[in-house]
Amino acid sequence: MNQFDPAFLRGITQDRRSFLRAAGLVGAGAALAACGVKGAKVSPAKADDVAKFWAGKKQNGHVDFANWASYMDANHTPLKKFTSETGITVNYKEVITDDPTWYGKIQPQLAAGQPIGYDLMVVTDGIELNKLVQFGYLAPLDHKMLTNFEANAGAAFKNESFDKGNVFSVPYATGYTGIGYNPKYVKEPITSIKQLFDPKYKGKIGMMKDTQELGNFGMLLNGVNPETSTEADWKKAAAVLQAQKPIVRQYVDQNYTKSLSNGDLWITMAWSGDIFQENLSNGSNLQFVVPSEGGTIWTDNMMIPKTAVNPVDALKLIDFFYRIDIAAMLTEEINYVPAVPAVKAQLLKDAQTASKSDAATFTTMAGSPLVFPTDTELASLRHYVTLPNPAAEKTYQDLFLPISSG
Amino acid sequence: MQRLRAKLAPYFLILPGGLWLAIFFIIPTVTMLSFSLMTGNEADGYQLTWHFQNYTDALSTYWPQFLRSLEYGATATILGIALSYPIAYWIAFKGGKRKSTYLFLVLLPFFVSFVLRTISWQFFLSDNGLLLSPLKSMGLVPQDFHILQTTVAVVLGLTYNYLPFIVLPLYVALERVDPRVVEASSDLYAGRIATFTKVIFPLSLPGVFAGVIMNFVPAASDYVNAEILGGPNNTMIGSIIQDQALHVRDYPTATALSTVLMGGLLVGIFLYARALGTEDVLEAAAR
Repeated sequence: MNQFDPAFLRGITQDRRSFLRAAGLVGAGAALAACGVKGAKVSPAKADDVAKFWAGKKQNGHVDFANWASYMDANHTPLKKFTSETGITVNYKEVITDDPTWYGKIQPQLAAGQPIGYDLMVVTDGIELNKLVQFGYLAPLDHKMLTNFEANAGAAFKNESFDKGNVFSVPYATGYTGIGYNPKYVKEPITSIKQLFDPKYKGKIGMMKDTQELGNFGMLLNGVNPETSTEADWKKAAAVLQAQKPIVRQYVDQNYTKSLSNGDLWITMAWSGDIFQENLSNGSNLQFVVPSEGGTIWTDNMMIPKTAVNPVDALKLIDFFYRIDIAAMLTEEINYVPAVPAVKAQLLKDAQTASKSDAATFTTMAGSPLVFPTDTELASLRHYVTLPNPAAEKTYQDLFLPISSG
Repeated sequence: MQRLRAKLAPYFLILPGGLWLAIFFIIPTVTMLSFSLMTGNEADGYQLTWHFQNYTDALSTYWPQFLRSLEYGATATILGIALSYPIAYWIAFKGGKRKSTYLFLVLLPFFVSFVLRTISWQFFLSDNGLLLSPLKSMGLVPQDFHILQTTVAVVLGLTYNYLPFIVLPLYVALERVDPRVVEASSDLYAGRIATFTKVIFPLSLPGVFAGVIMNFVPAASDYVNAEILGGPNNTMIGSIIQDQALHVRDYPTATALSTVLMGGLLVGIFLYARALGTEDVLEAAAR
């Protein structure tokens, strides 16, 4: 939240020259501020961008990796394995708490053409990812070096609408937004978004603060597919969400699973993997459902900022995550949908050699529709709306942000 | 030559301070002011168009959060004074040899990160947590009673988090009260209450003044407590500014709000200083 961003500190103190550059920036900032600030728009990507970016880039033996909280096992086993196999050391930091804040932190450095302190980062599809692409802040990926990705990634993950052909990003993990509830307090089966609007749960309901997630649930309740929604749909969704507000306890971001297991919240919007992780680590019995109105699916993507100091090392690490055994290792820990379908078989194989309790977990996981959804289930899931221009984005934010901040 | 040097010397002497002020105060403030009058967006850039409407728009949308922040800040400050005065008084007059140990104890929790401290309140105040669980099982409060995500939780958090900012200046002021003055007061037949109201309290006013400012200003612009302990109806202006700057990336609105907050607090402090008569306070402090 208000933690000091180490990337920033590193950015300005790396050496004296960059300190002076930072000092110059302050001056330049002031000069700019006097007459205006340049827009970040750039011309669209060209075919030779990949070759141009990667020409002369060498492996440096180190990579700085920024990820979300609890998005790998506590020992970072995959990274240790990566280091022992390639000799590339990894500085892994779980510094990303939400996309807008992360984007807000790195944008000034990216705009100034400076390294952000990380060579690899994970960003969800949505407004911020679109901006990173649109403003040319990302390195185009060299697919010649992504051999595991080409061989193992599922077809559905190779052609996602937000980055067709994986020009700038490849999935880290995918998950759903649905409803999480604690059966200790909620004594009926939960199947519908309507139940999040049920006054009998007054003061125990959690909704997400994220404007895209929140807006989606309002639209789904109204029977609207968020992906094709219009401004009129947003207004109607905002109205039902405003009306729901008096019975909402909290608009949550990251710590809602704790609140759910200790009874501060009984029923809340939730991300699939979070609920599984909480159950695994705390022995709680929280439930997760994709509502009958349809849930939403999102993808967290790995990408390399254009100003990365160690892009080659980062690209190697990206491809490493697409090795079937590594992808399986990650899925076993984070319980989100892997982009590698072969993980399912690998889980069953791992179960044969694992301890009894692990084996049971792996087998359940391999059979879980929430980790390996069927095609029909995938079809019932909705994507985020893509906001086409700054004006639409402002309209959208002005409708949904005030709901969580009254 | 020597005369020239003598003439220039004072300017060179203020150079470090002046530069510091220019880089860390004047440039950011000017940048903020100019941003608050711009229009545009991230993709197309921002132009200085002297768009004063940013202010009226921001204020007409967010005045409830402004008022709420001032209200929370003031409540937390009043509670803070009420809690700190006895602490500071006791340490200053009864602390004896262990004064510095006691002061250290007051400061001890503050070696832990601000956010972590606030999160531990979240655990403590939770619906079935350490505080409410026994009360509920004894039937003293209804089952659906909760403190988290209410005004009480936010004000409590603010009071707790900024307490040392009042304790320290109060302690310094009280510590400076000459014991002989107190003695003289009782020689002149003043009772304990009269001694306190007529002698000790007036002498401690510089500490109260400093404490109020050091507590109220950060408390009113805080957003961590409201984010962690508050609910949908406890949003403070700090959160709005953060959301506008980082989430919506509407810099003009964010800077207009910051400017109003800064201006409002400055005017408030000025009026407060006038009302309390800073000159007397400063004089008292100087003695």
